[in-house]
Amino acid sequence: MTLPIFVIIPLGAAFLISLLGKRVKYVADILANLGALSLFTFSLYSIVSISTKGVIVYKMGGWMPPIGIAMVLDGLTVFMLVTVNLVSLVVTLYSVNYMQKYTDKWKFYTLFMLMLAGMNGVVITGDLFNLFVFLEIASIASYALVAFGTEAEELEASFKYAVMGSVASTFVLLGIAILYSYTSTLNMADMSLTLSRGASGYLVNFVAVLFLMGFGLKAALVPFHAWLPDAHPSAPAPISAMLSGVLIKSLGVYALARVLYNVFGMNIVFSNILMFLGALSMMVGVLLAIAQFDLKRLLAYHSISQIGYVVLGLGLGTPLGILGGLFHLFNHSIFKSLLFLNSGAVEYAAGTRDLNSMGGLNQKMPVTGATSFIASMAIAGIPPFNGFFSKLIIIFAAAEAGRMGYAFSAVVASILTLASFMKVQKLAFFGTLNESLEKIKEVPLLMRLSMIILALICVAGGLLIVPFFRTFLQSAVDTLLSGKSYADAVFGAIK
Amino acid sequence: MRSDEKGMTLIVKTITRLTVGLILLYGIYIVLHGHLSPGGGFAGGVIIALSFINLMLAFGKETALKKLSEAWVSTIESFGALMFLTIALLGFTGGYFFFNFFLNKGKPFTLFSAGIIPLCNIAISLEVGAGLFAIFAVLALYNGSRKKE
Amino acid sequence: MSVYILCLVLFCVGLHCVLRKRNIIKIIIGLGIIEYAVNLFFVLTGYRAQGRAPILARDQEILNMVDPLPQALVLTSIVIGLAVTALIVAIAIRIYEKYGTFDITQIRRLRG
Repeated sequence: MTLPIFVIIPLGAAFLISLLGKRVKYVADILANLGALSLFTFSLYSIVSISTKGVIVYKMGGWMPPIGIAMVLDGLTVFMLVTVNLVSLVVTLYSVNYMQKYTDKWKFYTLFMLMLAGMNGVVITGDLFNLFVFLEIASIASYALVAFGTEAEELEASFKYAVMGSVASTFVLLGIAILYSYTSTLNMADMSLTLSRGASGYLVNFVAVLFLMGFGLKAALVPFHAWLPDAHPSAPAPISAMLSGVLIKSLGVYALARVLYNVFGMNIVFSNILMFLGALSMMVGVLLAIAQFDLKRLLAYHSISQIGYVVLGLGLGTPLGILGGLFHLFNHSIFKSLLFLNSGAVEYAAGTRDLNSMGGLNQKMPVTGATSFIASMAIAGIPPFNGFFSKLIIIFAAAEAGRMGYAFSAVVASILTLASFMKVQKLAFFGTLNESLEKIKEVPLLMRLSMIILALICVAGGLLIVPFFRTFLQSAVDTLLSGKSYADAVFGAIK
Repeated sequence: MRSDEKGMTLIVKTITRLTVGLILLYGIYIVLHGHLSPGGGFAGGVIIALSFINLMLAFGKETALKKLSEAWVSTIESFGALMFLTIALLGFTGGYFFFNFFLNKGKPFTLFSAGIIPLCNIAISLEVGAGLFAIFAVLALYNGSRKKE
Repeated sequence: MSVYILCLVLFCVGLHCVLRKRNIIKIIIGLGIIEYAVNLFFVLTGYRAQGRAPILARDQEILNMVDPLPQALVLTSIVIGLAVTALIVAIAIRIYEKYGTFDITQIRRLRG
């Protein structure tokens, strides 16, 4: 299939919305939702096409890689595409009603489509500098989206995020420059062949540290997490769902995994570092989250903790560990987006984010309350929801590899997550209704619909893991495990 | 007291009147010869934008915005990006995205060669030029509106 | 080799500016210095000994050329840096309007 369609549709939609958005009345909503829906159907089609044809390589402009830019569709790419496009479809449905409160909805949709184009581009490209360009497109769009409401605190959060994100991108560019000067190619498959041929000494380790700093900041691993608790609460709720749900995974975790597994080749040193950073993120994130009373800031700290689970799973390097890590990545996208959309619904109806001034919302907003309950149970790891299975797989994999300390810390973090979400549910949804909230109503139809869709996927992901999801995940796991033979797969698929 | 919003002194205004057309022409030259000599879309677009910014600095915001209003600038920018995407999509006629589908490609040293590259340069220069002028207009306009209060 | 060390020194100067200065505008300038340093490093990796500019001329015979690919990549990177700088400057202007100061130790409403 033609791979650039995943980048053409959002770019075309963004510039069409920018041209027509303020003149014709509903065109921004319609174009954005149509674009997101078509992207989701194409990503589902790509699952089918990869199971029939294997790895697909698309040469841009007909130029042969490694001279031209190649776009590669393999198991991990398909997995990330489905995750990103599913969450963005639900979020565009939600933001039709939510963004009525802000001015200039067409500007929001333009930036949103640009961010989506950047994320899709990062996932499907097979060329390292192309990955950097798409990473920057998505990052710049997200800096602008965090500051969208232009209140004082949003601007401060966006400034911090922008400065830290730009410094991280320059670290990534420095790493790409050093790699290019050594291997004189930019194609990831060719680079892995060249790196495995000669002894490069300290160069690969130096560049790996640079990439760890750069992509680690985008993924909010613990020494580099300081922008996240300010940026994610300040953004409008659909953007918080996108940022926490897919941006930190597509730009941070996916790029780090692709570079470390397929280009450099995973060894014991990288594995230990990733596992240590993952465990540190888990503990620091959940300990800082317990003390929060601002709903969105609490959810942002929990994002740091759950990304720690994913990186712990990916750092283990065993097949079961990578399966757990990737499954938790998908699950976290679903239930964290659902939690942020719920907090947005609460803010839309009740006008507050402070847990102390909410109470008994279950009586007035039943759909929001039920979906929030499902999402909280999923993130805390209660069976039969999907979070339970993915956390169980990660803990088993850590115990199987002999890392008892990491397994124990994963269990402790899970218990603390459960405690934290018990607090949220009790303070916000159960209990007696606060007097100031007498007149609130349930949120409009499209917002309810998007939350129900995500909640259904939470339930289905837990129950359907064995028959259907296993094959879907297994191809992604195999791609990462194949390590350097990614290059052979790519060169074998070029005609 | 000299009012600050009307622009700069008489010397600057006279020289600007003489040179701003030449700067615009130079920018267009760099865009069109992008496939033969250094330059191309980005650099040429920046120089075209600079000619309009020169007008704004020398004569004040209102005069420059009368030459090129804000609605036009936004339209030109989106139109430039859409033109670039259309050229890329037209490459599908040759079978691949971004394929070079014109007849005469690769004759060295001639102006009408190299396929789609001059068209892409023109589209990029429209977008970059309009974007840079819009950024400057918004920043300068904003400062002025704040000073009035 | 010494040019690469000087590029990294320039990068560290910019990084010191981002980390230790209190005025927002100085942080933005430090970010600009970091971007210049990385772009300069990237272009310098393309130098070949006795190389000339990679442009064919009608009347001359060119034997060695420097690598043209880093030049194209740095062009993209400079434009990305321009976009980020424009966005951050616009945010800084609005911060001045809302907070009344450019000092980042006073702009700390989000904490904890």
